[in-house]
Formats: sequence, structure tokens, C-alpha cells
Amino acid sequence: MGRRAPDGGVIFTFTLDNYIRLLGLQPDCLNPLACFDPLYVSILWRSLTLAFNTTLIVILMAYPLAYFIARAPQKRRNTYLFLVLVPLWTNFVIRVYAWMMLLRTQGAINGVLGWLAGLFGMPFTPLEMLYTPGAVLVGMVYEFLPFMILPIYTSLEKIDPSLYEAAADLGANALKTFWRVTLPLSMPGVVAGTILVFIPVMGTFVVSDLLGGKQVILVGNLIQRQFLDARDPTFGSAASLVLMVLTLIVTVFYTRKFGFGKEIVVG
Amino acid sequence: MNPHRRSPFVLVMTVLVFLFLYVPIFVLVLYSFNASRTNVTFEGFITAFGPLKTQGSLVVQSPCGPFHWFCDLTRNQEVMTAARNTLTIAFVSTIVSTIIGTMAAIALQRHDFKIKPFAQLSLYIPIVIPEIVMGIGILTLFSQVFTWVNTTFNLPPDARLTLGMGTVIVSHIAFSVPFVTLVVQARLQGFDKAYEEAAMDLGANELVTFWRVTLPMLLPGVLSGALLAFTLSLDDFVITFFTTGPGSTTLPIYVYGLLRRIITPQVNALSTVWILIVLIAVFVIQRMENRESI
Amino acid sequence: MSEYAVELRNVVKTFVTPEGSTINAVDHVDMQIRHGEFFSMLGSSGCGKTTSLRMIAGFEWPTRGEVFIDGEPQGHRPPFQRKVNTVFQSYALFQHMTVFENVAFGLQMDKVPAEEIKRRVGEALAMVKLTGLEKRYPRQLSGGQQQRVALARALVKRPKVLLLDEPLGALDLKLRKEMQLELKTLQREVGITFVFVTHDQEEALSMSDRIAVMSHGKVMQIGTPVEIYERPRNKFVADFIGETNLLDGTVRAVQDKWLMVFVPALQAEVRALNNGEFRAGQQVSLSIRPEKIRLVEKPSECVNCFPAQVRQVAYIGADTRVIAQVIQSTLRVWEQNMVSTLDPDAYFQQNEQAWAVLPPENLLALPVD
Repeated sequence: MGRRAPDGGVIFTFTLDNYIRLLGLQPDCLNPLACFDPLYVSILWRSLTLAFNTTLIVILMAYPLAYFIARAPQKRRNTYLFLVLVPLWTNFVIRVYAWMMLLRTQGAINGVLGWLAGLFGMPFTPLEMLYTPGAVLVGMVYEFLPFMILPIYTSLEKIDPSLYEAAADLGANALKTFWRVTLPLSMPGVVAGTILVFIPVMGTFVVSDLLGGKQVILVGNLIQRQFLDARDPTFGSAASLVLMVLTLIVTVFYTRKFGFGKEIVVG
Repeated sequence: MNPHRRSPFVLVMTVLVFLFLYVPIFVLVLYSFNASRTNVTFEGFITAFGPLKTQGSLVVQSPCGPFHWFCDLTRNQEVMTAARNTLTIAFVSTIVSTIIGTMAAIALQRHDFKIKPFAQLSLYIPIVIPEIVMGIGILTLFSQVFTWVNTTFNLPPDARLTLGMGTVIVSHIAFSVPFVTLVVQARLQGFDKAYEEAAMDLGANELVTFWRVTLPMLLPGVLSGALLAFTLSLDDFVITFFTTGPGSTTLPIYVYGLLRRIITPQVNALSTVWILIVLIAVFVIQRMENRESI
Repeated sequence: MSEYAVELRNVVKTFVTPEGSTINAVDHVDMQIRHGEFFSMLGSSGCGKTTSLRMIAGFEWPTRGEVFIDGEPQGHRPPFQRKVNTVFQSYALFQHMTVFENVAFGLQMDKVPAEEIKRRVGEALAMVKLTGLEKRYPRQLSGGQQQRVALARALVKRPKVLLLDEPLGALDLKLRKEMQLELKTLQREVGITFVFVTHDQEEALSMSDRIAVMSHGKVMQIGTPVEIYERPRNKFVADFIGETNLLDGTVRAVQDKWLMVFVPALQAEVRALNNGEFRAGQQVSLSIRPEKIRLVEKPSECVNCFPAQVRQVAYIGADTRVIAQVIQSTLRVWEQNMVSTLDPDAYFQQNEQAWAVLPPENLLALPVD
């Protein structure tokens, strides 16, 4: 809340102008329909859908793996967990860079595909993968996958094996046991994982910056640019406040519905 | 149907997810041995040892052979400075945040005070608030305070407060403390008060009890809190990005800067070294912890 | 040396419950524990026995009243300034220290010279038969061994009073019986006052010189095991210790050592022991232990004898436990199986008619609460 001074400093006055701008309207505009600019609203919407899609894909990938580890023999579980954590210990930026190498037009994936095509004598034009929304999605999934695996594992591991036996004893087959026993009991882990994935995806700008180029602009990029390139921190602050409120609403709604899992800390 | 039977679906998914996790890392490491200087495609290893010889964009021969880019790395002054900065920040912020976090956890566990529920809830702030929001929050705070101090005391240009190592370290401490506190708290929850009572019963006062009984028994929790703080600090990009200044570039910031320009296999070599060091560190710490908690 | 090793004078301990109300965990307790005594506090969980012990140790401070150790008021003195030591229910052995270090800890706190520490730890471990295990860690010991380390750790400081908070609770039955005997022997040898908290009445009866029976923060009776069992002073103690039959009635007459009590359930006046507290016209509860009632085919002399019908019979080896209908009351009767025989006629059978004799000297008159 404040106004940008001509010299780049900030004049502190109370104004809602920045929020009006975020909604795509001009503060002095009298006809909202005529001067509506969907730019910022669409950025918000893009961030939300990307975060939603990432979370969904991450749950679908993390759950089977977590289930596998939780049901593995005690001795091997720590090794598997270690393997899940190793990518996490490489740096965030390095992980994005790895995907740049893979996705580039002359990168590793196209290299392998080209080699395969050559093997079968098929014509091959390299796929344009880097700097697309898909690249950003893959990058996000890769960055945050371990954050989902760990809490789901923690809640799955806590389930008393005799519950599976009881379910089987009462006539449930493997699929029914999963739906009626395993999944409900592991929900705290899924909830914790969702919080650990959804919120950072909403706020990050590195992945979209490096893998999306100028194609994919998210709230994070918007904020970052206001602070460092556009030098309009008041508008950036307004945007980050909107981001924070959005994530808090999602978190509160989500935890109200499914309960707040202690798994967050354990992960 | 036997519920203990492992379904083939789960097995296939597990293999695929592990591949997804490791193929990028493998490619990253592989390219650090790339003979190609442009690093666009993998042109094979540098096999020959000897004085540096190039052919177009290819490195044909190097004094370090296949490890050409690793040797190149050690001569890169910027990388060395960034590495030193990263480690300094990580060590200082880990030590300080571990001390503060441990004390906070004990205070929250043992004492009742008015703002306790609020304090407890505030531990979750770095989890539920996007990092970028925290980053610009800290940045705004620093710049406002610094501007005020600099103008109010009319400091000469060389004495003015600016963003740099200090601000990065302080902000790293700020986001690490809640994590350390939560980890130590988890350990404290299973801590039987009787141990401390026994020590006092045997004649130890509060201070001796803390040093000789409470702290040694909490040590595994404190250590894993410190490990978490250390890895968080090493891994952090976003908050450092906003609070860094001239002279306090960390490795992630340096790499990020490179990625937006030209990419040589040197970046891969740096990443490989990074992964290796972190792996060794984690391995050593885990061994230590295992011995601690036999 | 003062008269008592430990004295609790009008001690109250109030706790605030999470709901915000207050509760007196210990409610105006007076207790005098003599030097060299094996004193037990007996009661079910929540009766205030552990809180009382913790106030002697200094882990809690009384809300009101005063704790004296060897005649000295303790006030708000912290545990490390009191001349008592505690054996904890969970043992609370320091997991990061060896057996030796655990036992030496208290002596180090007293700045005892290293040579003497070595000697005294050795003696203490020998006393609890753990010589040779000095270098082990607590997790490498069995439950019984851990218990002994906890005991050695407390005794090595030669306290005026040793406080034991259900120390045998975690052991299995057989080990527990062994430790009971050993603990009693140990106490005689070292001559230290033991204050022992337990919920196991058999344990308290077999080990103690005196017992304080507690309920809801109050002391119900203090006495020797025989006094507690044979002459309970109120219905709670009579019912809590062992088993008993209670019959309500009205005092009709007092004849020096006897009371004549009319019991409606027996539709008769019975003769009961007079402890000097009752007057004619008062309501009383009569208590008689199941093993004190005699069940006979035909009574020879007949004071307090009533026709009885055997309702249920349970043969449990040492005795036969009978539930008998006597007029309108149901009494529990234990007949000792003194003769070994397989002859079914030697034991009472269901629905058999008999006579129940309630010997007056075993029929105690207790106040109605």
C-alpha cells in the first residue's frame, strides 16, 4: 500500500490502486468493461491451475512409491527413503538446470528420440519442449515430488499391519482394502504433502523463469519483476499479499476439510 | 486374495518414479564430462591427457583428461568465492538457528506464557507462506530499516548499511529457526520428565541437569534439526536472491546467473561436485546419528 | 536427630485441571514416618500417594502445610538440596551413560573424590548384585537389572530417606516377588528409612512395617499390616484391603466389650466387637472377612449363628469359596481346605443347607460414612 515516487522511492499513503490494477482495472477508469485488462487475472489463474495440476500429478506419482516403501521390509526402507532424498539434496537450481539439459531442442530427450527414429529409419524433427507450459509443469513435478513422498510414507508406515489382516479377514479384497482402509488412514499424509507442494508451486519463479522463458509468467515472476526489474515494489507487495491470501485460503479450506497432519514436520 | 501380495502396478510405478528422479541427475553428471564446450549435445568424453588442445568447440586433450571441467572449475575465482560464501552462510546460520530453535522448543514445551499459542502457530509460517513472500518481506524490512538508519545517522558512504552477507545470514536464520524448533519439539514430546527429576534428585541443579542430562538426551533431535537447517540454507535460492548484495553471491545464485547466459560443462561439473559433497556429508552425518541412537 | 525421618503436617496439594477447575490431589494429609521404618503408601491410582512422595522428594511443593525431613521444614527447597533420593517408576536411568556413570552421577554432584566414587559405586553395585556390568548401557540390561541400577544409584548417596515410586510395577510377577524379598532384606541391612508407594496391597502387606492407606487425597488409616487388615477403622479400608462382608445395622445396647446390633438383613440381633466409639441407637456397618465366617452342618454353641443356603461353590485349591444366602443377605465365605481328600462330601455342594457362624470377635463395627 503506497505509491511509487517518481525517483523510484516509495511514498507511504493508503491507496487501493495497486489492488485495482491487479484486478485488471484502471484506478481512474469509469467504465470497467472498456478498460478491463485480463493480464494479471490470467497470471493468477495460470498459477492456480498449474499448482493444482502439479499437486495432482505429484500425488499420483508419489502414492505408489510411498506405498511400495512402506510395505518393503524394514531393513530396506531407509535405503529407499535415502534414494528419495538424494535428488532433494542437490540444489533447487541445479535440478532445474538438469531439466534444461533434457528438454532442449538438441537436448538429451530429443537425442534419444532421434537415435530411436534413426534406428527404425523414420524421419525425425526435434520436439520443441523447453520454454513451454509443459516444461514448467514437468519441472515443478520434479522439484516437489519428494515433498509428497515423505509425508505419505510417514502416514502409511504408521498403519498397523494387522488392519490389513483384519480387512482381509472381514472379506475385503486387495482393492477394497486399499479404498476402505489404506487410503482413508493415509489422508493426513496426502494433506500434509499437498500443503508442502501446492504452496511453493504457487510462489516459485525459478522454474517458470528457466523452463518457461517468457512463455509462462506466474505470480512469482510477476512479483520478482516488480521488485527487481520494474522497480515498483508497491505493486509487487500488493501482488504478494494477494498470493499469500490465496494460499492461506486454500490451506485453511483444505485443512478444515481433511484435518491438519503432523506429517508436515516429520517430512 | 492375499493383501500382502505386491501389486505389479505399484512395482512398475515405483521403478518409473525412481527413473524420473534419477535420469536428470544422471544426464547432469554425464554432461560434466562432455568434450563439447558449448555443451549442447554430448560429444563423448575427453580421453587424452596432455596440454589443452581444442578442435572447434571440442576439447580433444586436457591436462586433467575427462576431468577437464572439474580442473577448470578450481581456477574459476567466482565459483570459489561463491562456494566460500555458501558455506559460511550455511555454517553460521545453522549454528545460530540451532541454538535459538532448541531454546525455543524447550521454552514452548516447559513453560506457559500468554502468547504461547500464537508462538506455536507462528512456527508454521515458513511452511504455509510462499518463500517469495517471505523473501520480499525481509527485503522490504531491511531496505526500510537501512534507509532510515543511513539517513538518520547521516552515515558516510563506506559505513552505510547495505545488503550482503549479514542480511543473507540473518534471513537464513529467520527461516531455519521454525524448522529446528519443530524438529526438537518432536523429540521433546517423547522426553520423560523423570530423567531431569532423577538428575535433580541426585543433587544436580537446573544448569547441571540441562548440560549433563537434558542436552545429551536431546542431542539426536538437535542434530537432525541442525542438519535440516544446514540443508535448507545450502538449498535456498529464493530468499537469498532477494537479500543478497554485492560480495555475497552464493553458489545457487551464481548458477542461476550462468543459466541465463552461456552454459558450459563447467556448470555440470559444479553440480556434480555439489551432489557428491552433499551425499558424503549426509552419509557421514547419518552414520554419526545411527551410532548416537543405537 | 529428630523424632521422625519424614513428617507431613496438614499438607494440601491443589492442581488446576485442564478444564480450569481445581482439585486437591493431596487433601490435608498428616503422616509421621519413623527412622529406619519401611513405610508404604497404598491406594489406587489418583489417591495422592505419588503426589505425596513427590512432595517429599521436592518435585512438587505443597499448596499448604509443610513437609519435614529429619525435623527440618523443607519449604520450597529444590530436590537437589534434600537429603532424600528416589527410585523412579520408569527407573529414569540416563540412557547416554553407562551403569557406572549412572551410579556415580550423584556422587559427582556432591564433589566426592574420584577414588572414593570408584569404591562406593563398586560397593553399591555389589549390594544389588550387579558387579561386572559397570560398562553396560541401560538399554543393554533386563528390566530387573535396570531396576537394581536405579536402586544402587539412589542408595549410593546414603540418603536419610529412600523414596520408591512403584519400583516393581514394570516387572513380571515372579521377578516381582523375588525383588520384594530382596528389597526388604536390603532395607534391613542398610537401615535407611524406605517410603514405598504401591497400588499392590499384597506387596504393601508383606513388606511394610507400617502402611498408610490413601483414597481421594486423604489418609484413610495408618497402621501395621496386621492392624490394617484385622482392625480396619472404616468401611473403605475394610473393603479395599482384602475382601469383606458388610452388614448395616443399629446399635441396640453396649455391653462393655460387646455391642448388640440389630441387623435387618438377618432379622436378628448380633453380637459384635465394641471398639468404644459407639452408643446405643447409632447406625453402624458390621464387617466380617470371608475366611472368618464358619460354615457348619450343625453349630455346637450358637452365638451369631444363622441358617444358610449354599448358592455357589468355587474350589480354588487352598480354599473353597462359597456364596451363601443367610436370611436376606448374601455372604461370601471362604472355607480352608485343611484335609486333602477327593471325597465330594467333604466339601459343600450347591443348594446344600448349613449354618453360618459369625464369631463376635471377628465382627467389627464401623461407622457408616
